[in-house]
Amino acid sequence: MKKKDIILLLLIIAAALIVTAVLALTGAFTGGDKVVVTVDGEVYKEFPLNENVEYKIETENGGYNLLVIKDGAAYVTEASCPDKVCVNAGAAQEIKPVVCAPNKVVITIEKD
Amino acid sequence: MRMSDNQSSHSVRTRGMAMTALFAALSIVFGYIEHLIPFDFGIPGVKLGLANLVIVTMMYTFSKRQTLFVLFVRIFVCAMLFGNIYSLLYSLAGGVLSFGIMCVLKKIKGFSPIGVSIGGGVAHNIGQLAVAIIVLNSPNIALYLPVLLISGGLTGGVIGTCANTIINRLTKADLTS
Repeated sequence: MKKKDIILLLLIIAAALIVTAVLALTGAFTGGDKVVVTVDGEVYKEFPLNENVEYKIETENGGYNLLVIKDGAAYVTEASCPDKVCVNAGAAQEIKPVVCAPNKVVITIEKD
Repeated sequence: MRMSDNQSSHSVRTRGMAMTALFAALSIVFGYIEHLIPFDFGIPGVKLGLANLVIVTMMYTFSKRQTLFVLFVRIFVCAMLFGNIYSLLYSLAGGVLSFGIMCVLKKIKGFSPIGVSIGGGVAHNIGQLAVAIIVLNSPNIALYLPVLLISGGLTGGVIGTCANTIINRLTKADLTS
């Protein structure tokens, strides 16, 4: 490993930290109380995060994702796609939306 | 054994062709392994990028043309075998951006294959994130950038360290072209 390699790695880590700090200062990471489901970029449905519901998101291509909101956590328990990335992603967080690329479904936690 | 100029240039070309095909096959196998055993460390979107091991190695031991050829063969074959049109888009954006950045870093003096691979890993993730934002039409995904920056740097470093060893051995064994 040469000197410039290390400088590059440090620059990348610094960039990541700065982006994180800016996002944290603007409050992008916390305080979300609303579950927003978008399909193909358009808002499909919204739910309050503090209410327990189960909802089947059905998309135009015949696919579906089963959204479960329970005890302040929103996650996908079932999906029609073969890869199940959204199911394995766990609960959606402010910083970490749950994404289903085949169905173009994005589940985000937002603030009112 | 001495060969005439004509013969030896033929044998060099044939060897170059055979090595390119070998590397293309190897990178598809790596793509398959990563499809079978996702090295995602529990974080969605994070990949080790085994196939990039082939690309980094080739950048130092073969021509740019041969490397690009292997890159595109891998992207298209892997998308056809294990993916869909969306995974093709993601791989193309990640692969091409990563290759471009790695070419630039390699040209700048002072980077070892490890640094080049780190830049490539980060560029790959940025390319994929950009496609995700466009395809899913959701700028919110950009919040994921810090995670992808760090993971791209780390996986790039791991791949670069392996590539560094392989490059040294290939060069010593005179298996470059």
